[in-house]
Amino acid sequence: MIRLLAAVLSLAVAQSVAYAQKKYDPGASDTEIRIGNTNPYSGPASAYGTIGKSIAAYFRMVNEQGGINGRKVNFISYDDGYSPPKTVEMVRKLVEQDQVLFVFQTLGTPSNTAIHKYMNARKVPQLHVATGATKWNDPKSHPWTMGWQPNYQTEGQVYARHILQTKPDAKIGILYQNDDYGKDYVKGLRDGLGDKAKRMIVAEVSYEVSEPTVDSQIVQLQASGANVFFNVTTPKFAAQAIRKAYDIGWKPVQYLNNVSISVGSVLTPAGLEKSAGLITTAYHKDATDQRWADDPAMKQWLAFMKKYYPEGNLADSFNVYGYSVAATVHQVLKQAGNELTRENIMRQAASMKDFRVDTLLPKITITTSKDDYAPIEAVQLQRFNGKQWELFGDVMTGGH
Amino acid sequence: MSISSGKKTWSVPVFVLVVLGLVAMALPFMVSSYRTFQLTLVMVYAIALLGLNILTGYNGQISLGHGAFYAMGAYCTAILMDKLGVPYWATVPAAGVVCFVAGFLFGLPALRLEGLYLALATFALGVAMPQLLKYKALEGWTGGVQGIVILKPEAPAFFPAIGLPLNADQWLYFFTLALAALMFVLGWNLLRGRVGRALVAIRDQHIAAEAMGVNNALYKSAAFGVSAMYTGVAGALGAIAVQFVAPDSFSVFLSIMLLVGIVIGGLASISGALYGALFIQFVPNIADELSKAAPWAIFGIVMLAFVYLMPTGVAGAVRLLLARTGKKGENPAASSTEEAL
Repeated sequence: MIRLLAAVLSLAVAQSVAYAQKKYDPGASDTEIRIGNTNPYSGPASAYGTIGKSIAAYFRMVNEQGGINGRKVNFISYDDGYSPPKTVEMVRKLVEQDQVLFVFQTLGTPSNTAIHKYMNARKVPQLHVATGATKWNDPKSHPWTMGWQPNYQTEGQVYARHILQTKPDAKIGILYQNDDYGKDYVKGLRDGLGDKAKRMIVAEVSYEVSEPTVDSQIVQLQASGANVFFNVTTPKFAAQAIRKAYDIGWKPVQYLNNVSISVGSVLTPAGLEKSAGLITTAYHKDATDQRWADDPAMKQWLAFMKKYYPEGNLADSFNVYGYSVAATVHQVLKQAGNELTRENIMRQAASMKDFRVDTLLPKITITTSKDDYAPIEAVQLQRFNGKQWELFGDVMTGGH
Repeated sequence: MSISSGKKTWSVPVFVLVVLGLVAMALPFMVSSYRTFQLTLVMVYAIALLGLNILTGYNGQISLGHGAFYAMGAYCTAILMDKLGVPYWATVPAAGVVCFVAGFLFGLPALRLEGLYLALATFALGVAMPQLLKYKALEGWTGGVQGIVILKPEAPAFFPAIGLPLNADQWLYFFTLALAALMFVLGWNLLRGRVGRALVAIRDQHIAAEAMGVNNALYKSAAFGVSAMYTGVAGALGAIAVQFVAPDSFSVFLSIMLLVGIVIGGLASISGALYGALFIQFVPNIADELSKAAPWAIFGIVMLAFVYLMPTGVAGAVRLLLARTGKKGENPAASSTEEAL
């Protein structure tokens, strides 16, 4: 009898503790968690729009499986057409009118720059933004903003380390897109090379997104006598550069930025035999990579795509990206439990310890702290063997 | 509805304007900050559309590049505020002056171009502008692709002191409203008289206009300058409202949307600028809410509907409606110079 009484009592205590812990900010309730997002569903960058769609599909799956701690996720995503003023307008709508708990995966460096100050002044989390710029990891002055993917500078540093290890007398030629993304990569490489940068980098040429081809830039780089080619280009230009270099008989060691590693949309058009030997980094599994054909995580992803996002392109790596980042925020919300306040969301996002998303590469984990707002910091080098990417070496991070 | 057709009708537009003014004053206290911000943008677009309408609607010079002047105004404000510490209110006239000069100078060579060729020349300006803003030599000023983040102005201390605490959005709304009212009155003054008639005459029959002693070259360049000034002021106000400028904010699409705005609102109509602004601000949002997959298809359908149902723009349709309902004494086919409101 006493035992029963004790059990009932302890249950009651546990219950009341659970109730006491329930704390909500706008956008959270017993039944719902509202998350806001902007994506370019239209306009010049609409290829990225599939990220927003795959995230929405992910939350459809989560809701169907019972939600997160019993709450359904209401993912509200608006089109900003990759135009910063539109992002400001839409994010204000999300925060002030739709009253979302936080904003997640807003896409694009300029778009996120436009709302950076606003989010931090309002103290609303701007979580896991979809850009690789370095400035999102700045918890001191912008404690409400956090990135997700490895930043471009880190990646540039990783290439620099590999070059220094394998080819210390390299003459490096760089082709980069003339914007912050391109410059971030170049800065990373320079930082990684340290004081040797001046001697080792023999040519640096840029292109504008509006240019039809980068043929002349490649000829210029060949003429510079470079024997290492650092290719910082977006998919269309990456394919052109790889093809042109091969066709004019320029045979440098080629480093290709992670932005353009899709076998389907870059290497196939460039020519698979022409792409052999390319070196790049990766942090999540490639959708077209045969290596993962029997991987349980990718099989699960495939099943997810078929059921929840059947119109999505299975060869598009952005859909793996969307799934992976959604899984990360899923974990943040699980950790937050019943304390769904904006402060706790940031606290949980900043206290992930070796969290594994199984669509990321086997050795990549997510770790954050209140001084470290860079969830994925490690990448692994891989080389293209003419058919597929082959991982080699260990997981690497930036720095020296 | 015409203003210059006699004293009897004078009271109707005044009454409408007073009501409109009162509603405009009351709105920010009735809606959320976010809506206030959107309404501020509507007024910003309205000023820009009025500017473009002076050039295209009244003077018949097609511009597909007014986004460039909008960008210029926005960057003027951002650079003055961020790099030189100029207060926000002082940057607006500065942006206007810079854009007037730029517009006038662009208008001079453009004199030789007409119709489609002028459209192409201005299109070139609109296309080039985002890249010019990324240009390396200017990067120290423009911030390159990163753009410039500017601080939002707070309401002056004067308002809380008299027991009217305005938040930043409300203050900016009233600031923009005051400037918009000023720009509209100036525009109305300019267009209802001799200058307006000269502009329309050039549009309708430039040889006849010249024969009557209108200096075509001067008027056309000046129209370009004034038009650019309006758009530049709008850009400046837009930058303050959005708190951020970047080359990606001013793609050629902005220029196209401005043109859409004046055609939907009503060419050669002052009130049309307001209708057009409401259209380009809200219809894309509505379209996005209706369909994620094809928001611009929905937008296109709405646009087609407007063009077919209101061939003279919303302003034309309103005029027609007013003429049909009652006002027997008025002549619905008022001449184009009298279409001021």
